[in-house]
Amino acid sequence: MNIIGEKQAAITGIGQSAVGRRLGRDPLALTIDACLDAIEDAGLTREDIDGLSTYPGGSVPGAPGFTGAGITEVHDALRLNLNWFCGGMELPGQLGAVVNACAAVASGLATHVLCFRTVWESTAQGGGSRKGIGVGSGAGSGKFRARGATMEYTLPFGAASAAVWIAMYAMRHFHEYGTRREQLAQIALNARANAQLNPNAVYRDPMSMDDYMNARMISFPFCLFDCDAPVDGSTAIIVSRADAAADTRKTPLRVEAVGTALHGRPSWDQFDDLSTMALRDAAAMLWKRTDLKPKDVGVAELYDGFSFIALAWLEALGFCAVGEGGEFIEGGERIALDGEIPLNTQGGQLSGGRLHGFGMLHEACVQLWGEGGERQVRDPALPKVAVAAAGGGPLGGCMLLSSER
Amino acid sequence: MKNAPLPDKPFRILPAVTDQNAHFWCGGKYDELCFLRCDVCATYVHPPAPVCPECLGRELSPEPVSGDARILTYTINHHPWIPGFEPPYVVAIVEIDEQPGLRLMTNIVGCSPDSVSIGMRVEAVFEDAGEDGIFIPLFQPHRDYAA
Ligand SMILES: [Zn+2]
Repeated sequence: MNIIGEKQAAITGIGQSAVGRRLGRDPLALTIDACLDAIEDAGLTREDIDGLSTYPGGSVPGAPGFTGAGITEVHDALRLNLNWFCGGMELPGQLGAVVNACAAVASGLATHVLCFRTVWESTAQGGGSRKGIGVGSGAGSGKFRARGATMEYTLPFGAASAAVWIAMYAMRHFHEYGTRREQLAQIALNARANAQLNPNAVYRDPMSMDDYMNARMISFPFCLFDCDAPVDGSTAIIVSRADAAADTRKTPLRVEAVGTALHGRPSWDQFDDLSTMALRDAAAMLWKRTDLKPKDVGVAELYDGFSFIALAWLEALGFCAVGEGGEFIEGGERIALDGEIPLNTQGGQLSGGRLHGFGMLHEACVQLWGEGGERQVRDPALPKVAVAAAGGGPLGGCMLLSSER
Repeated sequence: MKNAPLPDKPFRILPAVTDQNAHFWCGGKYDELCFLRCDVCATYVHPPAPVCPECLGRELSPEPVSGDARILTYTINHHPWIPGFEPPYVVAIVEIDEQPGLRLMTNIVGCSPDSVSIGMRVEAVFEDAGEDGIFIPLFQPHRDYAA
């Protein structure tokens, strides 16, 4: 029996709060902004919401601003009557929370699930340069001790950021396939070009190849512009059961397939293939659950917490062969708004702001609904199929959406 | 392997030493890089686990390896993530000679960051953390290069 339950799910509404640097606003208020926006967008009322899902849950010690609200806060603030809810971070990437919602509606546990993700890293981290994991919550003092495989085997070596870990994957890719910084730059340059057309993006000044090549180095080969921009903001997505989606305001976006697999070791330094990361398994699974092919996809919103991750998703999802990503994006034409596969049309997280995965799914929906304004992809018709992907290292999840019935 | 004092010792965030991981973090006191090894099928297991991932054997014992390794990948970090751990420094993932896939994250020391490359042979060297009996396993260019 080959059950593909996610086909019983559809996205029926999206919402987003203000997004910006150091907004200084209560993160729960941002969350409620996004949630109410999404409920209204779907043409639903809060009484219709009977499921709630989020990543990473209400509390992540040692990561200031990484989460702005958990299930409990939103449940109570909106006085929801829930049949099903789920929040946490041991998931196949951030979109794992949305996949859970798909599973919940497909199995009849809920009808309309409100999914949300809130960050306020910009305000929480304050001024100055980005600090290492745990620094600020004690790791900078002699008394702190790193615990758990991820922290214990990385922090003692000054590898106190995913920037360092993922830079090593990029280096392996450079080594194996001859990928170059000038190629990787296109992820950042494309994001910035698209951000210029998005009034909600946080970085909108033009960026040239010279700007990129001369930027401050973070962890080679990553310069400042290869690293996403911490922001404050909340994103909400409504997942509805397909038959109930018929009553909503907009064309439901069918969940055609999801990918959640992780076949290698769940570890930043022990995963078998250092250049593909977990994206390999998640993407392969997605294509096994649909008859659609990469050539059917009109727009790709691929996580760019660091530029290299978006390149790796392009390869993993089969827009080009593994190892050919550098060549594929060289010059930037193929991934531009009018290119073969328009990428990160809102400016990604690099220039749009680090909404941590949910922003990618939000933008996939924006594009399928034709709400992209100046950055809308038209070829010449609206795209009918979009892929959204989030996560890097041992975290990865992806979703294929279709606006066709 | 030489337990040599290293110049310019940085501030390091130290691991919590437990009964399960002490062989790894504290073996450097005796110039030994130790991993758990399955008593049945001889597979090295890292990080420490209470089961062999190959044969599911439940008896594993710490055992030293040569400390010789190869750099699988690395980065030269330039950002000051941790006050007192001043960049630039090299973070690498190395694979231990004794077993494909037996690897760890570490720093490459004893050479210029610009001289580091993927595939380079390295050997373990330990930095006395001065607390909890911890000796941090680092790697430097393999002695063969000096010959
Ligand atoms: Zn065994």
